[in-house]
Amino acid sequence: MLKYTEDHEWLRPEGDEITVGITSHASEQLGDVVFIEMPEVGREVGAGEEIVVIESVKAASDIVAPVAGTITAVNDALADAPGDVNADPMAAWFFRIRPADGADLSGFMDEAAYRALIG
Amino acid sequence: MDALKHTPLYDLHVALGARMVPFAGWEMPVQYPAGVLAEHLHTRAAAGLFDVSHMGQVILGGRGAAAALESLVPADILDLPEGRQRYGLFTNEAGGILDDLMIANKGDHLLLVVNAACAAQDIAHLEAAGLAPEVVSDRALLALQGPAAEAALESLVPGVAAMRFMDAADFDWRGATLWVSRSGYTGEDGFEISVPAGLAEDFARALLEQPGVAPIGLGARDSLRLEAGLPLYGHDMDAGVTPAQAGLGWSIPKVRRAGGARAGGFPGAGRILPELGRAASMRRGLIPQGRAPLREGVEIFAAAEGGAPIGRVTSGGFGPSVGGPVAMAALPADLPEGATVHAELRGKRLPARIAPMPFVQPTYKR
Repeated sequence: MLKYTEDHEWLRPEGDEITVGITSHASEQLGDVVFIEMPEVGREVGAGEEIVVIESVKAASDIVAPVAGTITAVNDALADAPGDVNADPMAAWFFRIRPADGADLSGFMDEAAYRALIG
Repeated sequence: MDALKHTPLYDLHVALGARMVPFAGWEMPVQYPAGVLAEHLHTRAAAGLFDVSHMGQVILGGRGAAAALESLVPADILDLPEGRQRYGLFTNEAGGILDDLMIANKGDHLLLVVNAACAAQDIAHLEAAGLAPEVVSDRALLALQGPAAEAALESLVPGVAAMRFMDAADFDWRGATLWVSRSGYTGEDGFEISVPAGLAEDFARALLEQPGVAPIGLGARDSLRLEAGLPLYGHDMDAGVTPAQAGLGWSIPKVRRAGGARAGGFPGAGRILPELGRAASMRRGLIPQGRAPLREGVEIFAAAEGGAPIGRVTSGGFGPSVGGPVAMAALPADLPEGATVHAELRGKRLPARIAPMPFVQPTYKR
């Protein structure tokens, strides 16, 4: 079951890991994505830490770690084809993170709550 | 804060699904649903229609207007033939650039087009010099740019295809007078067309019905002019940057230079003229070696580690036609083309190569 953050990330729990991407709303706001800088696999990150840089034709922005944990995988194919973020943001995952405190996502928004957030 | 102004095409932009943003006091379309990337590529491949009505259109009439304007602008205006247009600069006493502008000789008057953000200051500057500028407030200004622009405009306004780059002439459209110049700021062949406000939407819609014409926002206008190596006021030049530093020495003709028949006689000439070809720093083209765009303000270093900055990016981003990042930077003039410098981005130094501009070849009809 997908969850959402206030930073417009979608979170998909898979075993003891969480796969992270950005929402269609975020993709539309960013405009055409032209460059993505991924974190290193194995990096330990804190909740809210800026770990991905997304450059669109307009500006640079960040994706933050939704929870504290360890980066277990990054989507290198996406870094090579950043436009995929705009083409299908819900399929374009950025990284997987193994949370330090277990993969409990109950504190994040469900789809209905996220839709209410973005109006 | 004053309310944002709307151009005569505001309703059309909204109807076309534009994302509107504040720009120099105006509410302007930054992009349409196609997006900046697609709009940029469309303009290079076919034709883009831009609303540039926010720019200031100013009439200078009367005998002596050309001579008076030469006291403010280091361009050749006295010898500007009727029906021709030139690029020029308002300069200040310190040799800095107050604005850049287009100047057309329309026979009994000069028509100036100035930047939106500088328009009020330019008017005051002209008045202070004893000129009587008449601000045109009842016309829209459209730019039609790209390889399909000529055919599209010719089908509505027969005769424009015979114009050469920087020609300026009047044409009739449905009983109204269009002020047309063969110019633009995208590196593409194209036209700028001043049209009475009441007919602007009809005229824009008629252009959009022509094959290959699509509406394009300010986002793509910026990436197009960046790829074309064209400087933007407030970014690549401002009151603290001289013509030579901005790489605009070419806009100062021989007749206004030292030894010329009308040498000097404009603000800052004492600094500007000796510096031509000799500025210590200049606007240079920069091609980042990686994929990360370098944006305005990024500092440039000579070495991969240590040292003080040798310059900074003045405009930069992704060049859709180049297929990668491109930038302009103020850098030492003696660095050779092809030299590698290092741009500090997010704490890392990334190599970038000094490259000739433009980054794409212009297609002007000279």
